Amino acid sequence: MKYIDEFRDGELAKNLAASIRAEVEPGRSYSFMEFCGGHTHAISRYGLSDLLPPAVHMVHGPGCPVCVLPIGRVDLAIDLALNHGVILCTYGDTLRIPASDGLSLMKAKARGGDVRMVYSTIDALQIARDNPQREVVFFAIGFETTTPPTAVAIQQAEAGGLRNFSVLCCHVLTPSAISNILESPEVRQWGTVPLDGFIGPAHVSTVIGSRPYEFFAEEYRKPVVIAGFEPLDVMQAILMLVRQVNEGRAEVENEFSRAVSRDGNLKAQDRVAEVFELRREFEWRGLSVVPYSALKIRQKYAAFDAERRFKLDYRSVPDNKACDCGAILRGVKKPQDCKLFGTVCTPENPIGSCMVSSEGACAAHYSYGRYKDMH
Amino acid sequence: MAEIKRGYVRPLDLKQGRIDLTHGSGGRSMVQLISELFAKHLGNEYLGQGNDGAVMPAPTVDGRAGRIVMSTDCHVVSPLFFPGGDIGCLSVHGTINDVAVMGAAPLYLAAGFVLEEGFPLADLARIVESMARAAHEAGVPVVTGDTKVVERGKGDGVFITTTGVGVLRDGVELGGSRVRPGDAVIVSGSMGDHGVAIMSKRENLSFDAPIESDTAALHGMIADMLATGADLRCLRDPTRGGLAATLNEIAGQSGVGMMLHEKAIPVKQVVAAACEFLGLDPLYVANEGKLIAICAAGDTERVLAAMRAHPLGREAAQIGEVVADDHHFVQLTTSFGGRRIVDWLAGDQLPRIC
Repeated sequence: MKYIDEFRDGELAKNLAASIRAEVEPGRSYSFMEFCGGHTHAISRYGLSDLLPPAVHMVHGPGCPVCVLPIGRVDLAIDLALNHGVILCTYGDTLRIPASDGLSLMKAKARGGDVRMVYSTIDALQIARDNPQREVVFFAIGFETTTPPTAVAIQQAEAGGLRNFSVLCCHVLTPSAISNILESPEVRQWGTVPLDGFIGPAHVSTVIGSRPYEFFAEEYRKPVVIAGFEPLDVMQAILMLVRQVNEGRAEVENEFSRAVSRDGNLKAQDRVAEVFELRREFEWRGLSVVPYSALKIRQKYAAFDAERRFKLDYRSVPDNKACDCGAILRGVKKPQDCKLFGTVCTPENPIGSCMVSSEGACAAHYSYGRYKDMH
Repeated sequence: MAEIKRGYVRPLDLKQGRIDLTHGSGGRSMVQLISELFAKHLGNEYLGQGNDGAVMPAPTVDGRAGRIVMSTDCHVVSPLFFPGGDIGCLSVHGTINDVAVMGAAPLYLAAGFVLEEGFPLADLARIVESMARAAHEAGVPVVTGDTKVVERGKGDGVFITTTGVGVLRDGVELGGSRVRPGDAVIVSGSMGDHGVAIMSKRENLSFDAPIESDTAALHGMIADMLATGADLRCLRDPTRGGLAATLNEIAGQSGVGMMLHEKAIPVKQVVAAACEFLGLDPLYVANEGKLIAICAAGDTERVLAAMRAHPLGREAAQIGEVVADDHHFVQLTTSFGGRRIVDWLAGDQLPRIC
């Protein structure tokens, strides 16, 4: 595959691994958080940690869309599917997120809910056009990558007079999540989570650009390297982070320059700003309530807001007490530290959201790396 | 670190639980449903063998003891017609292959149809013709059948169940529990063609190079492989759940692990690209005309030569070896230079969001 295989080349990986080994200073330890689930997945799927020297530790971050979605939000979607008779459309992984009463959207579907997996908002709009007598709700989740398509879908629905289409908006913001982690006592006060730098998001940064991370580099003195989702991108970013740490720099560097600019995609940002505004607060799984960390639909497009349209009331639902997803999402714990990991919580029966998507730290470790825990 | 309790599986909830899609998609949930419900109530020593076909004693053949192999397969594919085939030929190939991978010569097929009210006769004719053609080419006749019609909305066009019977020559002993550390793992050709052909049709995607299903009857190639006298341990056709599910199944049955090599696994460029696009892993995508063969290491070349001499096995390749592993992990050395597990699939493959 052209433009992809080049970034998965084993020989180049060996060279990069040798460079990282050569640059790592003896006696020093390096802990880097890959914010995105896409990076977590790449690291696990390509066995990347086997190539890293023992002094380099990768800490999984919260950038997995389905992982940070709190139970209460999934409950709203299930309520729409089961009690309001809507056609509920959403992205693939979302179907398996565990919610209240042992349900998930997948299980709601088995109970008669009309739940459909779509590849894009275009499919959801088409379903609305094809079923004019039914209410169609798009359950919109994800970071800045998936937000512009939702904005466009709402504008297209308005332009096309599509009155049976609405959006349950659960879009969240990357910079707020990074701030939350950097402000957490584990990082700031106690130092129990050593964090020497970030691998910055790939797809998110194509939209928001590299500028938003400059604040973190300056304010918190943490280097950020924005990297693509291919394994060589990740290796290169680690090398760049090691160099910054060694030289005492804390800058935003862009490994993913083939797709990310400093300003990002201004057109997409404009569309998002036209349709959405900041929520005063939003509950995240793992990070709890984070101020100004998510988007809601503006008054102008209120007719397309499923929360208003169906008068939905958000109810916060606590996670399973034994589930360590919260700590795992903040980098405080590793999946294998959780009592439930691999026992009652497996990809077939996920208790916590991190076991759902292959981007989730638990599912990635369970599906690709758990042989390392067996001795 | 919390100790991982091996072997713990939450039992099926037979009071509150309901069937959902994961129970039919080739992962652990399906195995669980079969073992805790179907096998529990229907089980007998033959069902308990757990292979693609059941091995049974038969009356003497030509004065000598012979054995009958029997297998059944339900086909509920959507769309009914896809690039490279349709539900008709698929239902013939699928059952022939399940009989053939036991090392048997398939003899007869039975076919059951569940038809939905309102289904066009023209389409049905196409399907039946395709079945007849496939059966004729394979030399395995459909000798009995049954048809039921259900109300509109109670089916999905056509469901076909086929049952096959074959006869197993003395001395041939293949099965999922016969695999030993050191054995070679071989595939007959590229992985994922069928599943991607189906999915691209479902998603209405077209690619520069057309992707066709690999649906085919494998008994000819298998007969050639058996004729070499090589020490074959187990043959399987990696259908639902793909290579990954099939190898995990064998690893569990034989109590071994496997080490695969990503570079050696044949995947067509266009299939790899489509999987990339759809967010799928070709190792988990279904095949309908491919064979996994596990044989004693010393016989690898003989088996490969026999496969490559047959039109369906031209791209046959050794993709890994069987290793001793108490945890029965199927592992993979990635072409990137790392190592990972190739695990069972949890439910259907669903595309990631980011």
